[in-house]
Amino acid sequence: MITVSQTLEAIQDSSAEEVVSQCIDRIEASKFNTFITVAKESVLEVAGETEGHTGPLAGVPIAIKDNISTKGIQTTCASRILGGYVPPYDAHVIERLKAAGAIIVGKLNMDEFAMGTSTETSHYGPTLNPWNTETVPGGSSGGSAATIAAGEVPLALGSDTGGSVRCPASFCGVVGLKPTYGVISRYGLISYANSLEQIGPIASNVADMTLLFNVIAGHDQRDSTSVPGEKDYTKALVDDVKGLTIGVPKEYFGDGLDQAVEKSVWDSVHRLEDLGASWQEVEMPHTKYALAAYYVIAMSEASSNLARFDGMRYGLRLEKDHDWHTTYSEIRAQGFGEEVKRRILLGTYALSAGYMDKYYLKALKVRTLIKQDFERALKSTDVLIAPTMPTPAFKLGEKISDPLTLYMADVNTVPVNLSGVPSVSLPCGFSDGLPIGLQIMGKHFDEKTIIRTAYTFEQNTNFHTKAPEVV
Amino acid sequence: MREESLKLRPYLDEVGVMIGLEIHVQLNKLNTKIFCGCPLDYHDDGPNTHTCPVCLGLPGSLPVINRKAVEYSIKVGLALNCSIEEHTQFYRKNYYYPDLPKGFQITQYDYPIASSGYINIEGEDGEVRIRINRAHMEEDPGRLVHEGGSIERSKYTLIDYNRSGVALLEIVTEPDIRSPKEARRFLDKLRNILGYLDVVDTTLEGSMRVDANISLSGGSRSEVKNISSHKGAERALLFEIVRQKNLLRRGGKVVQETRHFDEARGVTVSLRTKEEAHDYRYFPEADLVSLRVADWAPGIAKTLPELPDARRQRFITHYSITDDHAKSLTSEKQVADFYEQVAAEVDPKLAAVWIADVLKGELNYRDLGIDAFASASMVQLVKLLAGDKITEQSGVEVIRTILDEGGTPDEVVAAKGLLKAGSDLVTAAVEEVISENPGAVEDYQNGKQEAVNFLMGQVMKKTKGRADAKEVRKMIIQRI
Repeated sequence: MITVSQTLEAIQDSSAEEVVSQCIDRIEASKFNTFITVAKESVLEVAGETEGHTGPLAGVPIAIKDNISTKGIQTTCASRILGGYVPPYDAHVIERLKAAGAIIVGKLNMDEFAMGTSTETSHYGPTLNPWNTETVPGGSSGGSAATIAAGEVPLALGSDTGGSVRCPASFCGVVGLKPTYGVISRYGLISYANSLEQIGPIASNVADMTLLFNVIAGHDQRDSTSVPGEKDYTKALVDDVKGLTIGVPKEYFGDGLDQAVEKSVWDSVHRLEDLGASWQEVEMPHTKYALAAYYVIAMSEASSNLARFDGMRYGLRLEKDHDWHTTYSEIRAQGFGEEVKRRILLGTYALSAGYMDKYYLKALKVRTLIKQDFERALKSTDVLIAPTMPTPAFKLGEKISDPLTLYMADVNTVPVNLSGVPSVSLPCGFSDGLPIGLQIMGKHFDEKTIIRTAYTFEQNTNFHTKAPEVV
Repeated sequence: MREESLKLRPYLDEVGVMIGLEIHVQLNKLNTKIFCGCPLDYHDDGPNTHTCPVCLGLPGSLPVINRKAVEYSIKVGLALNCSIEEHTQFYRKNYYYPDLPKGFQITQYDYPIASSGYINIEGEDGEVRIRINRAHMEEDPGRLVHEGGSIERSKYTLIDYNRSGVALLEIVTEPDIRSPKEARRFLDKLRNILGYLDVVDTTLEGSMRVDANISLSGGSRSEVKNISSHKGAERALLFEIVRQKNLLRRGGKVVQETRHFDEARGVTVSLRTKEEAHDYRYFPEADLVSLRVADWAPGIAKTLPELPDARRQRFITHYSITDDHAKSLTSEKQVADFYEQVAAEVDPKLAAVWIADVLKGELNYRDLGIDAFASASMVQLVKLLAGDKITEQSGVEVIRTILDEGGTPDEVVAAKGLLKAGSDLVTAAVEEVISENPGAVEDYQNGKQEAVNFLMGQVMKKTKGRADAKEVRKMIIQRI
């Protein structure tokens, strides 16, 4: 894997063009189907222009999940329906990255419209896990985590609606953050479930992830849910957890938890204890309802968010003109994949007259209870630690035909999105050569404490130094 | 007025008409759209020139509420005697239509900005109170342009998103209206209030769009959409009453349905029945945070201008004019302002008569607004009348001449020689007429009163209308 400091040194030694050009070569040689679009044409010129740029990411290549709008670069959400759509504007995070001198090298593969846990629902084919190409990289930001693990780029952006940054970070052995809802502007992020999702930084280590987070976080008046946040998150990169109280929610160690995962997570808690933290078990009794509530809310919102894709103004077009109703139905029939259609249909159902009380409104009540679980658990503790995923990466094709089993894999990540708190996943062990992810959750807007905990853990372990063999 | 038992307000006829209105008011005096910064001055520009990722609904764009739009809405709510909610919240109304680029409309559902108000209007049988259920904010969709005229005949349809995202305030009444004429009066009154608030330019096309719900004898209601004028509302409702009446008379049943008003033909046509009705799947718009507006209301209340009802009362007490004159003068803000300018300089009662009874009629006849006549001219005219310098007949002529040809009252009076004739001249004319018409004199002496009118007419002719008719009559009677 590549770090930002190595990249900056390489730019010093040669040039941004040289570094970016090597990066493009690696992407084009990739065996993992990490990218949907490589910004080949513009990228060298842009790199040349960063000469003398003083931004923290001057000349550093970065890859972007394909649901974040990039002016002049095709943005598809890994869906056929958005094939050929080139946004006329940049997302807020892209503006921030450009201002910091970063070079957008391309757009990353993902589950279609971020709906999935394995990056197998992409219209452009699945991304492979660089640790074992027979397994999935996780999802939905599978391309983002895999490209970091494969050492193709030093930095990537993903988005996390129900675990979509943390799951692939866990499966690919990299570091990914789901910030507090509101800390990063969603302006330009193509919505799947807008009350749940945040853009999240992904990197090979905690310091790089934090550096990227620092660049993209901050208030944006174009997103009404955006908040100011902290001035400088890199100040949290401190190797010290003395006095820190860790909560371990036993509900996150339930049925289906892989033994190796359980052991690695407990080992990690004890390692932090050795470093001066203390821990206690906490109860989060409503966790068992989180998955159901999450899927009802996410699908309901999705059914509305995806209504705009009608083939009238951008994206997929039919060869022949029909009347509006026919065109609309035909475009959506052809343009959306099976999982997207499933979620639109279920979401439409959940919001329908006569069912709304039973599903959507009930799910909102559960959401409130989950929030209260977090508030209570984090009253007596500073952070919560749990497995990110109940298992290491599963096999390609293993679960894709059984949506319910696949949804179950999100059991430990969705409560975080329902409550809005921040959460980071970082490598904490291996099982049969596959990485295991440690999830550290914190209080609303307290990214600093989870970053400090993650950084301390990383500084005192060597999991992050391991990388898959990429030949 | 009757405040008691509003719901029990009797029907005006045997068929039991109940009408409720939904009025979409475009807050077109704002500088920008409701959720983005696109300017509203698109009326003279080409299609799709005032758009951005937000009002085009491009993937990834997000709405941000226009603070001024909320303030305007609160202002209207307060003027309609509504209570302003503690919090207000936006919802998504999900439906598919090509003019709606997101596949949903951002609107309000629970927690609208204003609720439970009323407007008093002149009803069929005295002043009545029409209750307002609510007023809620929403975004206007784009505009469909059917190439070739109507939707049925056009080969294709173009979409102009310049209108997409313009702030609307939808005002919903209770079914308290009892006749098409009351509906029209309600709309006129509402337009008057909006004019006073200076939040809507009601002269722009589509600035007030009306949907009307109507039922007879407590039966099913039909909803008539696409009414774009107050006269249209009256016509559409009259048509619906006849249609529903005939249906019932033939033993049919009125079904709950949505109907379209064809303004050109003056008829309503069925669009869809209840079974085909949309399920809009309203749910909260998470991209917009709930707004705590309770604290805004008191400050905005202070900025409310004097409204038509209050102004009318003040006119009656302060200027000692009749209720009818006060009503007429306050029915349009510009007219009321005009009157006050004139009344400050001359006799307010005389000014009221000449503005309400004469000037307004002449303006209406010519389809002109009050700005076609200078208040200084009215002052001059009333002074001439008060000083007995010209006759009332000449006064009317002065107004007509100014409206048709321009000029000031003094100029018109001089040019046309309208100054009242001197008494010598009038006396001479009376003498002449009496001696020239012995037959008429005799008729009068034989008890034929009408003969005086003939003699008066002759005198007026001789004096070219500059004599005071009453005076002339008196002189003739005395003389014969």
